[in-house]
Amino acid sequence: MGAYHFNWFLAWQSFPRFYWGLALGLELAALSLLIGSVIGMAGAFGRSFGPTWLRLAVMSYVEFIRNVPLLLLIYFAFYGLPKIGITMFDNVWSFVVALSVYSGAYLTEVFRAGVNSVPVGYTEAAKAVGLMPWQRVRLIILPVTFRIILPSLSNTFISLFKDTALASAVAVPELTYAAEWLNVNTFRTIEAWTFAAVMYLFAGYGIAFILRRIERRYAVIR
Amino acid sequence: MAPILKISDLHKHFGPLEVLRGISLDVDPGQVVALVGASGSGKTTLLRCVNALEDYHKGSISLGDEQIGYQELNGRRVRLPESRVARQRADLGMVFQSYNLFPHMTVLDNVALGLVYVQKKSRAEAERIALSWIERVGLAEKVKSYPFQLSGGQQQRVAIARAVAMQPKVMLFDEVTSALDPELIGEVLAVMQNLARGGQTMLVVSHEMMFVREVAHRVVFMDGGVIVEQGPPEEVLVRPRTERLQTFLTRFRGVLR
Ligand SMILES: Nc1ncnc2c1ncn2[C@@H]1O[C@H](COP(=O)(O)OP(=O)(O)OP(=O)(O)O)[C@@H](O)[C@H]1O
Ligand SMILES: [Mg+2]
Repeated sequence: MGAYHFNWFLAWQSFPRFYWGLALGLELAALSLLIGSVIGMAGAFGRSFGPTWLRLAVMSYVEFIRNVPLLLLIYFAFYGLPKIGITMFDNVWSFVVALSVYSGAYLTEVFRAGVNSVPVGYTEAAKAVGLMPWQRVRLIILPVTFRIILPSLSNTFISLFKDTALASAVAVPELTYAAEWLNVNTFRTIEAWTFAAVMYLFAGYGIAFILRRIERRYAVIR
Repeated sequence: MAPILKISDLHKHFGPLEVLRGISLDVDPGQVVALVGASGSGKTTLLRCVNALEDYHKGSISLGDEQIGYQELNGRRVRLPESRVARQRADLGMVFQSYNLFPHMTVLDNVALGLVYVQKKSRAEAERIALSWIERVGLAEKVKSYPFQLSGGQQQRVAIARAVAMQPKVMLFDEVTSALDPELIGEVLAVMQNLARGGQTMLVVSHEMMFVREVAHRVVFMDGGVIVEQGPPEEVLVRPRTERLQTFLTRFRGVLR
C-alpha cells in the first residue's frame, strides 16, 4: 500500500457539486421542517383535544417513529411506497416524505409541550377581552407557542439538516453524496470527506448564528 | 333603578368543596361594589363565575336582562355555546392579579386587539381609541413597548386600559394590586379611582382598605362562600355588626382608624 497523495485541487474542482449539495440539503431540511410542523401541530391538537382513538393513533405514531431508525423510513419511502402503488415520489421527494414524517413525530411533542406551557392566564385574558375560541388560538395561543418553542424549532432544523446526509443512501445529490461521488470517481477519499465535513461545520455554525438572532428578535416573553 | 348586574342564589363547588353557597348580589349602574373577605372565602371564584370563566351549579347571573353563560331550555339550565359566551364577555371587563398582558404584542396592540377583533372597528379607529386610553392611564410614552419592558404597575395600568377601552358595562377587578411592589400600588389605584369617578360600574376585590373606604359605594364582606354583611363603607368597615367581620377587620386596624 503506497503513501496517500493529497490532491486538494481535485476536490476544489468539485466545489460546485458540493455547494449545490449543501444548498439542496438545506432545502430538504427546511421543507421537512415546514411539513413536519404542520404534522406536529395537527398531531399536538389531536393528541390533546381529539377523541380517544385519535389520541392513541398519535401516540403510536410518535412512539413508532422514535424507535425506528430514520434510514429505515427513508428506505421504506423509496423502495416500499412504489410497491404499494404510491409511485408519485422520486428519490428526492420520497426522502422529503420520510424526513417530514420523522420530524412530524418529534414536532408533535414539541408543539404539545409548547401549547401546554402557554400560561393559562393568557387564554383567560383573551376570553375576558371577548375573543372567539378560534381567535384565541390564532391570535394568542399559536403566536405565544411559536415563541416558546422557537429554540426547539431551531435545534430541530439543525438536526434535520445533519440528517439530510442520509439522503445519499437513495442517491439524492446532497453534500454527503457529493463527497461520495468524489471519493468513488477520484479516490480523493480524505479530501472528499474533509471537504464535506468543513462545509457541514460552516453551514451548521451559520444556521445556528442566524437562528439565535431570530430567537432573540422574538424573545419577548420574560 | 334596575341593577345592571344581578347575581341570584349562586352556588358553586369544586368537587366536594362548596365555595359559593348562595350568593345574591345586585350592582346598580355607576356603582362601585367592593368585595372583601379572608383568603379562600370565594371572592375570585365569584368574579370568575360572573365572567363565565367558571361553571356554576345553581342560581343565575344576569347582565342587563341577559343571563351570562347559560340559557333555560325546557326548564333546564344549559351552558351557552362558547361563541355566545365570548360575545357576552365583551360587555364585561376583567383585570387579573397577574396582569396577563399578551406578551407578544406591544402596549398599543394589547389595547387595540379587542376593538379590532371583537368590536370590528377599523385598525385606525381602534388605535385612536386605544391611544386615548393609554394616555389616560399615563403611559403615552410606552405605546410601542412590550409588556416585558414595563414595570408591574405599568403592566397593570395597560391591562386596565385594555379592559375599559371596550367600554364594558361592568368592570371586574381581582386583587389587581396584590402582585405589586408597595410603591407601585398607588398609581394603579389612582387609575381605578378615576374610572369610578367617571361613572364606571365596578365590582372590585381588594385588600386596600383605604381605597375601598374612599371609592366604594358599597362593601360586601364574604366568608365561607356566603355574604355575611354588606353596606356603605363607613358602616361596614367602621361599625361591623358580626363577629366574623370584626375579626377580619382587626388586621386592618392601623389603616382604618
Ligand atoms: N380550580 C379550583 N379547583 C379546586 N379548588 C379551587 C379552585 N379554585 C379555587 N378553589 C378553592 O376554592 C376556595 C375559594 O377560592 P377563591 O380563590 O375564590 O378564594 P378568594 O376569596 O379569592 O381567596 P384569596 O383572597 O386568597 O384570593 C379555596 O378554598 C380554593 O382553594
Ligand atoms: Mg382571590
